[in-house]
Amino acid sequence: MSLRIIVNPIACTGHGLCAELFPERIRLDRWGYPIIDPTLIPPHLEAHARRAVAACPDLALRIQSEPDTSG
Amino acid sequence: MTAPLEQPLTTRIGPRLLDLPAAVGLDTHLARFGPPPTDLGQLIAWVDSAGLRGRGGARFPTAIKLAAVARRRRAIVVVNATEGEPASIKDKALLHQAPHLVLDGAAAAGAAVGAREIIVAVERSAVATMEAAVAAADERRMAGLERLAVRVVGTPSRYVAGEETALVHWLNGGEAKPTLVPPRPFERGVSGRPTLVDNVETLAHLALIARFGPQWYRRAGTAEDPGTTLVTVTGAVTHPGVYEVEGGSSLAAAIEGAGSAMDDLDAVLVGGHFGSWISATEARQLTLGAGSLGSAGAALGCGALVALPRGACGVAETARITRWMADQNAGQCGPCVHGLPAMAEQLTVMAHGGRAVDHARNELLGLLPEIEGRGACRHPDGVVRLVRSALRVFATEIAEHHHRGPCAPSGPWLPTPSIGGWR
Repeated sequence: MSLRIIVNPIACTGHGLCAELFPERIRLDRWGYPIIDPTLIPPHLEAHARRAVAACPDLALRIQSEPDTSG
Repeated sequence: MTAPLEQPLTTRIGPRLLDLPAAVGLDTHLARFGPPPTDLGQLIAWVDSAGLRGRGGARFPTAIKLAAVARRRRAIVVVNATEGEPASIKDKALLHQAPHLVLDGAAAAGAAVGAREIIVAVERSAVATMEAAVAAADERRMAGLERLAVRVVGTPSRYVAGEETALVHWLNGGEAKPTLVPPRPFERGVSGRPTLVDNVETLAHLALIARFGPQWYRRAGTAEDPGTTLVTVTGAVTHPGVYEVEGGSSLAAAIEGAGSAMDDLDAVLVGGHFGSWISATEARQLTLGAGSLGSAGAALGCGALVALPRGACGVAETARITRWMADQNAGQCGPCVHGLPAMAEQLTVMAHGGRAVDHARNELLGLLPEIEGRGACRHPDGVVRLVRSALRVFATEIAEHHHRGPCAPSGPWLPTPSIGGWR
């Protein structure tokens, strides 16, 4: 299984903590909302991803696991 | 099901949906089309081989939607007559003119998916259409024709209120704003039930497929774009209105049929405010087929065609409708809330002309990728596509604005109706 981080754009109000905690996959747009790199998250970055999800005050982020297809 | 009509509905394939005069009663309807079919066991397969696609704008294969709902229990059918596209009136016109055909389609779809209830959702300012739907539903109940409960409701006059998750959310007592998917309505919709949300025109075609079968349906149109399709033609035409044309027929013919010469036009907006601009030169070469329009980066969408005359300013028109689309956002997703007004602002600068034009154009180009694909629904994506098409089709005009300022006032050619509330 591989992990991907996804945002609920309705819930997100642009606090921006996620980009601080997980810059490897998340940057902010000019208004402060996260732009997520959809690339799968390698195991060594998993802890960072989970920290970003846990820190979101809007509970707008989640981690989605999906079967490996890219190999 | 009934055998294919001995006699086609019209000689040369002409109107199928708009075959009868306005607001027909049940007797006239039954005399024309015969009794509604009762054996619907093959309906989904028929709809599949007919190649019917949703006519609300997304053109999603109707059979796939039907099958997804049919796999689940105790479904609800929603007839989507919200038609928030300001340049489209075909759904309201069709439901007004042929309410029984639409309700036949809803009943057939309802039977195929095992539904318990039909809800007809009409944008609430369309009073005559709502009345026609209510009268038709009453007539059918009295005649003992309607197996399912039919309820007609008036929906908020907002652009995104007809997006299917927004419509379901409103029907469940919330604001008419899109919700996050999944779950999609077919999984969990009205009252938590699996819900089939289908456009008015889609269901009317389905009613005819249920009666006459897929081979009959495919007698009109092309292999890729079978059947007929409704278009609303407005703008610089002498006879604006709703026309029924064959799938894959000529775009220019549709415009000229409404009383306009392509030579007098600068561009055509295909698909309404959620659509794309096509230059008049390009438009001459295209059909209304998905492949042909797709080659020009466009799609028929809801079927709205707006003719922009020579001398009108496509940039000013685009700025105006982008502003309107910005005002229509649901206030939910940051990139849409902030991005759409920002786009409108840069377009307004470009429409005014002068030395700020180049800078505004570059700003706009930077905004587009930052907005696209970042909403819960496709509203921002539609505006981005519209603006991209404007930058391409009106590139010369934009360059001229830089040197000589704004175009002479013309229009407005595209409607921007007043906005209602969310409930």
